Amino acid sequence: MDPILSMTGIRKEFPGVVALDDVAFRMFPGEVHALMGENGAGKSTLIKVLTGAYHVDAGNISLNGSAVRFAGPLQAQQAGISTVYQEVNLCPNLSVAENIFIGREPRRLGRIHWTAMKNRSAELLRRLDLDIDPGRELGSCSIAVQQLVAIARAVDVSARVLVLDEPTSSLDADEVATLFGVVRTLRDQGMAILFVSHFIEQVFAISDRMTVLRNGKLVGEYRASEITPVDLVRAMIGRELATLDELEPPRRRSGAGQAPVFAATVDLGRKGNIEPFTLDIREGEVVGLAGLLGSGRTELVRLLFGADRADQGSLRLGESTVHLRSPRAAIARGVAFCPENRKADGLVEDLTVRENIVLALQARRGWARPLPRRRQEELARSFIDRLRIRPADPEALVGNLSGGNQQKVLLARWLLTEPRLLILDEPTRGIDIGAKAEIQKLIAELAEDGMAVLFVSAELEEVLRVSHQVAVLRDRAVVDRMPNEGLTPDMVLHTIAKGEAA
Amino acid sequence: MSTPTTSPGTEAASRRGTTPGQRRSRLSPLDPRYLPIAATVAILLAAYVFGVGRYDAFSDGQVLLNILVDNAFLLVVAVGMTFVILTGGIDLSVGSVVALATVMCAVLTEQAGLPAVLVIPIVLATGALLGLGMGSVIHYFEIQPFVVTLAGMFLARGLAYTLSTESISMDDGVFTAIAQTPVPLPGGLHLSISATIAVCVVLVAAYLLHYTRLGRTVYAIGGNKRSAFLMGLPVARTRVTVYTISGFCAALGGVLLTFYTLSGNSLNAVGLELDAIAAVVIGGTVLMGGFGFVLGTVLGVFVLGLIQTLIIFEGTLSSWWTRIAIGVMLLLFILLQRLIVWRAR
Repeated sequence: MDPILSMTGIRKEFPGVVALDDVAFRMFPGEVHALMGENGAGKSTLIKVLTGAYHVDAGNISLNGSAVRFAGPLQAQQAGISTVYQEVNLCPNLSVAENIFIGREPRRLGRIHWTAMKNRSAELLRRLDLDIDPGRELGSCSIAVQQLVAIARAVDVSARVLVLDEPTSSLDADEVATLFGVVRTLRDQGMAILFVSHFIEQVFAISDRMTVLRNGKLVGEYRASEITPVDLVRAMIGRELATLDELEPPRRRSGAGQAPVFAATVDLGRKGNIEPFTLDIREGEVVGLAGLLGSGRTELVRLLFGADRADQGSLRLGESTVHLRSPRAAIARGVAFCPENRKADGLVEDLTVRENIVLALQARRGWARPLPRRRQEELARSFIDRLRIRPADPEALVGNLSGGNQQKVLLARWLLTEPRLLILDEPTRGIDIGAKAEIQKLIAELAEDGMAVLFVSAELEEVLRVSHQVAVLRDRAVVDRMPNEGLTPDMVLHTIAKGEAA
Repeated sequence: MSTPTTSPGTEAASRRGTTPGQRRSRLSPLDPRYLPIAATVAILLAAYVFGVGRYDAFSDGQVLLNILVDNAFLLVVAVGMTFVILTGGIDLSVGSVVALATVMCAVLTEQAGLPAVLVIPIVLATGALLGLGMGSVIHYFEIQPFVVTLAGMFLARGLAYTLSTESISMDDGVFTAIAQTPVPLPGGLHLSISATIAVCVVLVAAYLLHYTRLGRTVYAIGGNKRSAFLMGLPVARTRVTVYTISGFCAALGGVLLTFYTLSGNSLNAVGLELDAIAAVVIGGTVLMGGFGFVLGTVLGVFVLGLIQTLIIFEGTLSSWWTRIAIGVMLLLFILLQRLIVWRAR
């Protein structure tokens, strides 16, 4: 079978970086092809080249046997390549039907034929086995439905090559299953589908073929049936032994049991948000919070950071009992909080790494005592070294860094304020395995130095890897606290699911 | 690893599509975003009933028609503004463009002696051209519409002053004829030609917005500009077009104002842009763009006109109370929009 799409010798440079170097990539009709690689490997750049958002510096793209060169997304679409991005690129204020057809509305006598548009969308959605009302406003649909609508649009625009850029990152398991159902339907109809995801399991569940990139270079193309997950990860991260070693459990000091308690809550709670809970975090101890989405993880953390006010119970930080009224008060008591949504709540993308790092420290000093530039640079450099931030340039814009490195910058900012309790809400979400391992290792080091850490993550394995103690949440209440000695994911899952068929 | 096409997940999607909560919201009598426009209708009715109850002459149908006659130019300007605001933009230059248009009409007919059939197209083209220029600067140089149209506001007002600093009264035959010919309606009622033109503008605008790709692209851009671009919609062309439309409508509004006053004055229509914005917002169009109707704008203009009329009927109140009423209402409408956004979350 001939490939429908083949790219050869692709090269793309940005000032100072070679993003893609002699990369080859091909896709076959009726196949799901996974594009794999760590953050910064060049996946996004390759997709943008393919969809016409970037122009290549060298190389050839041929579609259906003839050479093509796209001036923009529109040309790529017209040639038969459609993309569905991670953040849904549709208009929330328009109806589902309009979102599918806008720009290509059926017309009669020069005016938009609304009835035909609704009927055709209904038919299209039915063909994809989706029960979505085409008249409904898109913004009122769940993210999953919006994503499916985006796919429906892409399919209807051009039925040859469909690019799915991390479509599953904000979906739950049921929604992923629906999405995969649609992808399989399309594959069986002969479409070539490019699938990008960080979830190795999902990639193996859906793909027929995989291409791995590393540092802008092609590592190889594999058939899904001929490669194991471990080999795939090895191909992606490359630094074989060194990094795989780091994937092993970081050495947790077992004896935090005697250290003084830094943060202690007694029946702290807030009506409607989280039931009263009692929790101790010792100096040098990592406490993991495990629980499903919506179990109250975020709510608990917000009480400890003063983002919400507790209406019952007490909280002791250090030696004194406190009533936190704002995050500022929490910061003054030595609490630092890395929020879950890096982009919205944490980093300023248009500022440099140095500026982002000194931000919180500067805020604490007040505007009247500016940090000297030289001191800022020293601080930035020391954290770049310590946390291995790449590129190691204090003047790089944070917006240009990969997800893992952005997370490290955020961490550096809070470490600079020398917190005594560090709260991390999903610090490794959406970042690649190598960076994940580095951040986990860093958490272990910080605890070793005596910092108290509260670690929130949806991934049980990860929680177990870094924590000394695990607190389990269910239905907005802390239901169990267990020392992490010989705990397995199964045991924690059992606690999370207790009361149901276990 | 692959399983047959009909995975259990599709059933999950089906269930999700019809959960009770979503059903209810879809079948609820009123989408919360129609609330402002419903409020506008309510205020309009209340004000009218109040007027009819209080003043005998108020029940005459001509009172309502006169609101249209007196505000025809504002209506046309506000329709243009609706296009701009729907894309999430703003056009502050319209008041000055109206003034420039009136001065151009007067200078070109009275002083240069050109025939009206030539003057009017020139004036309209000038307005469109100004809009085109501002739209291009806004889009291609990525500058906030507020700043660009603020510059346009000074520019147009300045141009008007360079043409004439004094009020020029007109006695050109065509202008006087259009100004004074009534358009008879059944029941002894009548409209002016200007008001008829304004009604036509409304109809054309409603058609454009609802039934053409240009119109739908306007809404798409207001909903999410980036998405609109990625969906392959002509964002650049459309953004420039809405400012051109607004410039054209402002110039047309100026011509209608010239019919109304039969004079050109560079002091005309100071602050008119704000009346137009107020009318659009009171008419339920969301300032962030993406939601609203031309019909709402018509209602907004009527609310402004009706308040004015009531205050005139009252006789003892200073006409500046109109301003206070508009201010209070505008604030209420913005707050209402905010509440709706919060509830939607």
